Amino acid sequence: MSVITSERMLRTNPLRRLLVRPETGAVAGAIAVWIFFAIVAGGSGFLTSRGVSSYLSVSAELAIQAIPVALLMIGGEFDLSIGSTVGATGMIIAILSTQFGWNIWASIVVALIFAVLVGMLNGYLVIRTGLPSFIVTLGTAYILLGATTGITSIVTNGLTVVNGIDQAPGYSSAHAIFASALGGGQQFPIEIIWALALVALATWLLLGTSFGNWIFGVGGDAHAARNIGVPVTRVKILLFISTAVCSCLLAIILDVKFTNADVLRGQGNEFYAIVAAVVGGVLLTGGYGSAIGAMFGALVFGIVEEGIVFAGVNAEWYKAVIGLILLLAVLLNSYVRKLAMEARR
Amino acid sequence: MSTINTQTLPLLEVQDVSKYFGSVIALKDISMKVYAGEVMCLLGDNGAGKSTLIKILSGVHRPSEGQYLFEGKEVHFTSPRDALNVGIATVFQDLAMIPLMGISRNFFLGSEPTKGWGPFRRFDVQHANHVTREELSRMGIQVRDTGQPVGTLSGGERQSVAIARAVYFGAKVLILDEPTAALGVKEAGIVLRYIAQARSRGLGVIFITHNPHHAYPIGDHFTLLNRGRSLGTFAKSEISREELTGMMAGGEALEELSHELAEFARTDEKAAATLAEVAREFGAEAEGLHVEQLPAKFTGSEQQYADQLPPTDGEGKR
Ligand SMILES: Nc1ncnc2c1ncn2[C@@H]1O[C@H](COP(=O)(O)OP(=O)(O)OP(=O)(O)O)[C@@H](O)[C@H]1O
Ligand SMILES: [Mg+2]
Repeated sequence: MSVITSERMLRTNPLRRLLVRPETGAVAGAIAVWIFFAIVAGGSGFLTSRGVSSYLSVSAELAIQAIPVALLMIGGEFDLSIGSTVGATGMIIAILSTQFGWNIWASIVVALIFAVLVGMLNGYLVIRTGLPSFIVTLGTAYILLGATTGITSIVTNGLTVVNGIDQAPGYSSAHAIFASALGGGQQFPIEIIWALALVALATWLLLGTSFGNWIFGVGGDAHAARNIGVPVTRVKILLFISTAVCSCLLAIILDVKFTNADVLRGQGNEFYAIVAAVVGGVLLTGGYGSAIGAMFGALVFGIVEEGIVFAGVNAEWYKAVIGLILLLAVLLNSYVRKLAMEARR
Repeated sequence: MSTINTQTLPLLEVQDVSKYFGSVIALKDISMKVYAGEVMCLLGDNGAGKSTLIKILSGVHRPSEGQYLFEGKEVHFTSPRDALNVGIATVFQDLAMIPLMGISRNFFLGSEPTKGWGPFRRFDVQHANHVTREELSRMGIQVRDTGQPVGTLSGGERQSVAIARAVYFGAKVLILDEPTAALGVKEAGIVLRYIAQARSRGLGVIFITHNPHHAYPIGDHFTLLNRGRSLGTFAKSEISREELTGMMAGGEALEELSHELAEFARTDEKAAATLAEVAREFGAEAEGLHVEQLPAKFTGSEQQYADQLPPTDGEGKR
């Protein structure tokens, strides 16, 4: 029997095996854009530690949201409310710490609880209505944005930016954990550590635990997964909670870093996170992808955004480049998926 | 007398179960008992409600009306997980496989083996691969790579994976919805042997098939569904292979076919002789098997049904 099957087995090309890994495209893309900007902008600071720090910082901030978004997308759903969640939770912390004189840690706890509730609401609405999460979370995104702006305006007499977080009790310990710099004089922000910790956690979850297997299952075919005993509702709601909580983590980092909160902070991140996940090899249809890929997708994004600044052209050009990379990535993903389904034949 | 004979409590029982999908009556007043150590064959045309019934048994659907008893106690499964937890494993007609996931990840999806402790408990991938490879080779399927996406397997291989999975996880009841549909003769034989093995281990097996050559040798009892209603349950000793075949083909359908062939023969002079002969044969067969003659057996009383346990006919045993 085994003789027969080995006769029928072609030798698998190791290169082909590497190609079908979801993150391969993003790793190659990150190297490519890095080389490009090293040549174009190498003389104007891209290669200095300030340059490296700037793109790593942008990438890390994006990765903090893109990694849970990648998990959610592998689980077959989208979350367009993560941008507004940054604004809302950031403002909760700012208002409680500056207007009500709370210890910043207490306001952080309230913001985290709020984020968990937002995630649960998103998940519950998506499951109960059976509507596409794209639309449901777009609705909650606008509700959050509008309510945050409205309530902030009432509490602060018409402001949209609340300053003075550094005056709050507990700020210095919060600064050490969320906004300090690493490595002496070099300004490598600690958010890089947060992003790396998240990618490690997400990768372990995805590949090393039962829960990770369930994520692939519900994203691949929720109906089949339920029939074989996967608690589909629980998995999806937990994934929505994770995107909201990580958005809150980003809000904390940015609040502490800038010592203020802005109701508009985070707007647009919902799409940047999807871009990073897709560039990182996550399938739009769910069931396939990796957290490491999403991290490299975020790195591509950061290198392009900052590289263009160092190259000295209008910074808005980065959007055109990102758009192009996104299209290429989607094409590559569909090709890789085809390969994946053939690779081991 | 075997131990099964003294057992009076059905492993699994439904009483007057109905299922409505909106205005569609998928099932109406179905009653059925399955005992440990017996194979219950569910028969019926396409759309008769077989899959709907087993989806109620496996926790996918909740019955709109009626009761579901497992080991004598009424149960209200809210998901297939509940059914799996009491030991009911199912091979669904659509197999419930995730095409992009590997074989062993599919095999253990929802029931992953773990090692380690507390927050460090992790999916024991090695054990999963090992068991998957072993269980599949017992079914005659040699996998090259347990990480191979299930979507790249052949239809029959995929069906074998689903069956091996259900056999592995089914502790008390094994439900198979047309498991042999895509299988070759040899592989179908292996599945039938699995069913017989499960029965001799004391499992209750519910087996749906359109193939009388698979149903008759293995079945102890046969329940016939027709357009959502039960035409009754009867023991193997009450029915011959020919009668079973006739019921499954539908006596009326055979008769109709003979008329069509006769009509065709009239319009084609050359083929007339041979076709008329075929038509006559079908006509005779249809006559002998006409469904109208069967209800006396289908409506056999409950007492009669109970008396027939266990099957006296040993043909299904290995
Ligand atoms: N989810 C559903 N919604 C609406 N109608 C349904 C649903 N599931 C089944 N039905 C209907 O119930 C009837 C019975 O379907 P079922 O799948 O149980 O048939 P079956 O006996 O398994 O047929 P087959 O031999 O073709 O598999 C069909 O008419 C079908 O259209
Ligand atoms: Mg069916």
